[in-house]
Amino acid sequence: MSSWKKSLRSDRLFDMVNTTVLMFCILVVAYPLIYIVSASISDHKAVVSGKVWLLPVGFDLTAYKTVFSYGLILTGYLNSLFYMGVGTLISVTLTLLAAYPLSRKEFTQRNVFMGLFLFTMLFSGGLIPTYMLVRSLGMLDTRWAMLLPNAVGVWNVIVTRTYLRSTIGDELYEAAAMEGCGDVRFLVSIVIPLSGSIIAVMCLYYAVWIWNSYFDALIYLRSRDLYPLQIVLRNILILNQTDGGMIKDISVMARKQGLADVMKYALIVVSSAPLLMIYPFVQRHFVKGVMIGSVKG
Amino acid sequence: MILSSSHLHRTFRRQWQFYAIMALPFLHLIIFKYLPMLGLQIGFKQYRVSKGIWGSEWVGLKHFVHFFQSPTSLKVIWNTVSLSLYSIAVSFPFAIFLAIALNEAMSRRFKKTVQMVTYMPYFISTVVMVSMIIQFTDTRLGVLNHFIGLFGLSPVNFMAKPELFRHIYVWTNVWQQTGYNAIIYLAALTAVDPQLYEAARVDGCSKLQKIFHIDLPSIRSTIVILLILNMGYVMSVGFEKAYLMQNALNLETSEIISTYIYRIGLINADFSFSTAIGLVNSLINLVLLLTVNSLAKRSGEGGLW
Repeated sequence: MSSWKKSLRSDRLFDMVNTTVLMFCILVVAYPLIYIVSASISDHKAVVSGKVWLLPVGFDLTAYKTVFSYGLILTGYLNSLFYMGVGTLISVTLTLLAAYPLSRKEFTQRNVFMGLFLFTMLFSGGLIPTYMLVRSLGMLDTRWAMLLPNAVGVWNVIVTRTYLRSTIGDELYEAAAMEGCGDVRFLVSIVIPLSGSIIAVMCLYYAVWIWNSYFDALIYLRSRDLYPLQIVLRNILILNQTDGGMIKDISVMARKQGLADVMKYALIVVSSAPLLMIYPFVQRHFVKGVMIGSVKG
Repeated sequence: MILSSSHLHRTFRRQWQFYAIMALPFLHLIIFKYLPMLGLQIGFKQYRVSKGIWGSEWVGLKHFVHFFQSPTSLKVIWNTVSLSLYSIAVSFPFAIFLAIALNEAMSRRFKKTVQMVTYMPYFISTVVMVSMIIQFTDTRLGVLNHFIGLFGLSPVNFMAKPELFRHIYVWTNVWQQTGYNAIIYLAALTAVDPQLYEAARVDGCSKLQKIFHIDLPSIRSTIVILLILNMGYVMSVGFEKAYLMQNALNLETSEIISTYIYRIGLINADFSFSTAIGLVNSLINLVLLLTVNSLAKRSGEGGLW
């Protein structure tokens, strides 16, 4: 009885410590995010002089006006939307087309094909040979270079295959075969309608990945009007390339500097907000994707 | 007899359709993943644009010897390996710790909230992440330096210090990815048989004992598998973040193999040398993956394949 009581007390202590730790996690993760939003809407003098700690000091939306009036940012946004939309369509289609045959044990050569896919996870031609290939295909500095070379993620093919194998039962397949339904028709009219959730997961994976990555653009693109948002962001936020036209109405140099600083916070908010706002609604799909992927297939 | 021939016929028709469905992704795989492997030959050649990949002159192992004899090679390999291992050593315990803490959370809603918040930074792009780091550590307006200023200390240019690069890289990764990394362990924890917990409670186990005797053992195989995956990719630690965090002052520690390959190949346009280093990198990766996998198999946790 007394040992039971003791353990109960230690459990209560454990719960307290655990709750504190989790609260601390929330604080640590949320603080930088809140700070950025606060800084972006604060008076730029307060930000520069270090008066902003958590909540906004003063209220000034000039930074946002500057961001939205900058043409390259808008072009980058539209380009990224295009790459994300078309790229996701291409990627998800190819992934499904690869995953379906690999999921059917009736496909006698599936292990050979699986091996070919898996091998590219272990070994690759590397940066320069891939670059030279893209160049010789005439895709340098075109939108194709953003859509095709990395369209298929082998890991995503494996996850999709695992999902199809566990949801599309053999009975269903055999029944369809009895009716004389071929694989092409089976895929289009039975598998795809039944795989809504894995398609959603894949769309999200590819979309977020395309939206956030900059490497392909860095190596394949030269024209500014093709740049995705991430490259524009890099040029402004990290390389500090801003052209004079961007903050032209402000004449005083000091004010210009202060505004440029705060503008960076505004730019971070503007570029990250779409994903962070959609995220709570699609979170469960991501979790699902991770879980399917963790099933060894 | 007739039955088997029609069966054969049917099998053939079936197979033909599988190939048709596979055609596009297969073509993509061959063109974009296997064709570049042919280009690896320029690592053994002196590539000249005028002569092309096939026409350039063979130079044997010249580039490989050059790489291994230069002092840079050891430095970039060390930078890569130490960054990766440091990253793995820190991020693994944190993810496991968070998953277990979440699993023991007092209420479902609290758990959901913590999960939601900690998972959020994962959706921030690398470019934004690095610019956040740069903004926060800025000597003039960074909040970190404002904080240091409260104690009367003079501002520190964190990004310019080579000895700080790895710490900044790894700990900001922890901030960004622990929530995401914890998901997989949480999934494994929900699969634990409730009867085990029941039995533990009857035996008067404390929560801490439960964690050590039930929770940790039941996610052990997940931990091993993930560790294998990570060890296999030790040499391919992220180009994207390291490249953006680089500047002339911290290059001594921030130059890793992938950024070095990029610099040599696309900035200095030395295609052959860059390809040779890339090949070395791929081969080390391959050997690493195969080694850790067989180690995992031998340890009885089951490998990846």
